[in-house]
Amino acid sequence: MNDIFIILTAVLVAINCALLGTFLLLRKMAMLGDAVSHAVLPGIVVAYFFAGDKGSVFILAGATVAGLAATFLIDFFSRRIRIQNDAAIGITYTLLFAVGMILIAVLMQGNADIDQECVLYGDIALINFDKILIDDNLYIGPRAMYVELVAGIIVVSSLVIGFKGFKLISFNEDFAKSVGIKTSRWHYFLMALVTLTTVVSFEVVGAILVVGFLVIPPASAFLITRKLIPMLVISALTGIVSVVSGYFLALWLDVSITGMMVVMAGILFAFCFIISQLRSHKTLAGTGFEQKTQEI
Amino acid sequence: MIWQSAIDFFSFKDPNVVYVLAGIIFINSSSALVGTFAYLRKRSLLADAVSHALLPGICLGFLFAGEKNMPALITGAFITGWISIYLIDLIVRKSRIKQDAAIAMVIAFFFAIGIVLLTYIQKHGNGNQAGLDHFLFGQAAAISKNDVWLFAVVFVVILLAVLLLYKNLVILSFNPDFAQSVGIPVRFIEFFLTSLTVLAIAIGIQALGVILISALIITPTATARMWTHHLKKMIVIAILISVFSGIAGAFVSYTRAQMPTGPWVVVILSFITFVSVVMAPKGLLRKFIVRRKNENKINDENILKTIFELKGFSEKEKMLVFSTVELTEKRLFDTKKLDAGLRRLIRRNLIQHKGNEFELTTTGKKEAARIIKLHRLWEQYLLKRTSIDTDHVHSGAEAIEHIITPEIEKELEKELGIEGIPEDDY
Repeated sequence: MNDIFIILTAVLVAINCALLGTFLLLRKMAMLGDAVSHAVLPGIVVAYFFAGDKGSVFILAGATVAGLAATFLIDFFSRRIRIQNDAAIGITYTLLFAVGMILIAVLMQGNADIDQECVLYGDIALINFDKILIDDNLYIGPRAMYVELVAGIIVVSSLVIGFKGFKLISFNEDFAKSVGIKTSRWHYFLMALVTLTTVVSFEVVGAILVVGFLVIPPASAFLITRKLIPMLVISALTGIVSVVSGYFLALWLDVSITGMMVVMAGILFAFCFIISQLRSHKTLAGTGFEQKTQEI
Repeated sequence: MIWQSAIDFFSFKDPNVVYVLAGIIFINSSSALVGTFAYLRKRSLLADAVSHALLPGICLGFLFAGEKNMPALITGAFITGWISIYLIDLIVRKSRIKQDAAIAMVIAFFFAIGIVLLTYIQKHGNGNQAGLDHFLFGQAAAISKNDVWLFAVVFVVILLAVLLLYKNLVILSFNPDFAQSVGIPVRFIEFFLTSLTVLAIAIGIQALGVILISALIITPTATARMWTHHLKKMIVIAILISVFSGIAGAFVSYTRAQMPTGPWVVVILSFITFVSVVMAPKGLLRKFIVRRKNENKINDENILKTIFELKGFSEKEKMLVFSTVELTEKRLFDTKKLDAGLRRLIRRNLIQHKGNEFELTTTGKKEAARIIKLHRLWEQYLLKRTSIDTDHVHSGAEAIEHIITPEIEKELEKELGIEGIPEDDY
């Protein structure tokens, strides 16, 4: 029974991340997702210190503030100070991560709930300790699963409602601007959703590995299709496949579950990559079209 | 108490302090050196990918050697670091995926492999693995005498390589196409430079950990770039900043036992960056001052001009007296700005008090006339050379009159054929 809950939780993480990651990838902002996932750390630590409870909304709020602060800071560095964009990302996330680690050292001495290791790779095997019981004996699953479920509902409904806007800023931001859409508002909306997902996934899969869930499945889907909706579906499916296969492999080898899930996602990507290479050689060989598509 | 520990720290009584400091100096100098070229070639985040990719290499090195043997670990790290760069390159070249997505993927994938291997070692290891997780977060205090020797060798190798290949590296960083065309072995030097970067990161992870080490590559250079355009100065500044923060970070964690070294180094480094953002020659402070100066100049000149428009200079003596009310009626001045402007004009001796009112001095009169002249010159120029309507030339002149230099003034006069008109006639 516990297996099923763990897998279900991980599947929810994978779906949330895959959907948002698709838009990040299309907006060429994959590294921004990486930066945000590192940068939420100080927000989480401070909120945890004051709220003293892992499941509190404060943590969500604190982390969202930190994530958005990172987005603003990167914007500030690259636009106002004219530091190269990727250097701006590097400076910002290392700073916020370092602040988070210092805060852990200062505020969290001897606290077992939040330590450096769980920050990095989470501990999905332990989520079952935090159960939700009805009438003290009816076990309906770990809390983390329901948190993920709520986050999933928020993400999916936001994407459905704002689908047109997200689609526009992903494919043609200039056009979106020219027809009067407030693109920066959509941008920060997307980043807020990414932060939310990162934060709720943080205790399950850790701050760094969540990037794997955000980027790798969408990249696989990106190789297979060029249409948005199929891409969303395929990236969610690859996410689910890597989660399930990763779980059983990890049990078999007795290693980190989350780590194995991301490794599986990477291996799936490698398959997609090889297949797409073979396909492009087959269909385009000799037509002279190959050169052209590569230039594009 | 803090003074006591400062004295303890800087008197180097404790041999461990010496090792840690020496190690940090070598690590920080190496990474600042290679970081400069990484930054110039816009490859900062590649360093990020490499640093995460070193983790599986370290685990493999450990599995291979069976113990925490530094050269074995660094060799493993070096190999996986290189593989990560190759993979990013492959993905970008062969598919539609862009570089930043490729980097993010490789970071997560290699880090995941590292975590898997780390848990494998922890569960199947023989007890020698203690301290292997130091590479995740870094532990500068664990730097030993042998490590320092290794770091020193790496530093010397990097320094020599940069000194010997300096010219080629500069050309390659600024203009790779040109480098190719003059016959510099671009691919070889790129390979070499990347190897140096991987090496510098590999020795640094013990002190800072896989996540924060990219700060040592990126931040010092980006900060030094704000202070100078000169490459050699930039390298020196980057090294100085980096070494200073390294020593300061080590000191903080020496005085407070529970404080981690790596994060403090990064925070101090970033603090220097923020100070530079404000104070550097092209920083925010300078920009602010320049803008204030310009705003004040425009404001003052507008006041002088309005006095002229108000009174004209036809009836010479009497008409130069005016009150603030008259000025505001003529032109919608912000009261605060008007007061400040009038005070500045008095200080520059362009106007003076006369009872409750003000009076234009002789120099003030000249200055006002000059501005009006520039305004009219530009209006005339627009009328003559462009198809702008008579009622529209004023707004253009309103903006440009403040920035016309004496040289341009002469040019305009020549262009309009009104050279040599005596000043009094304006």
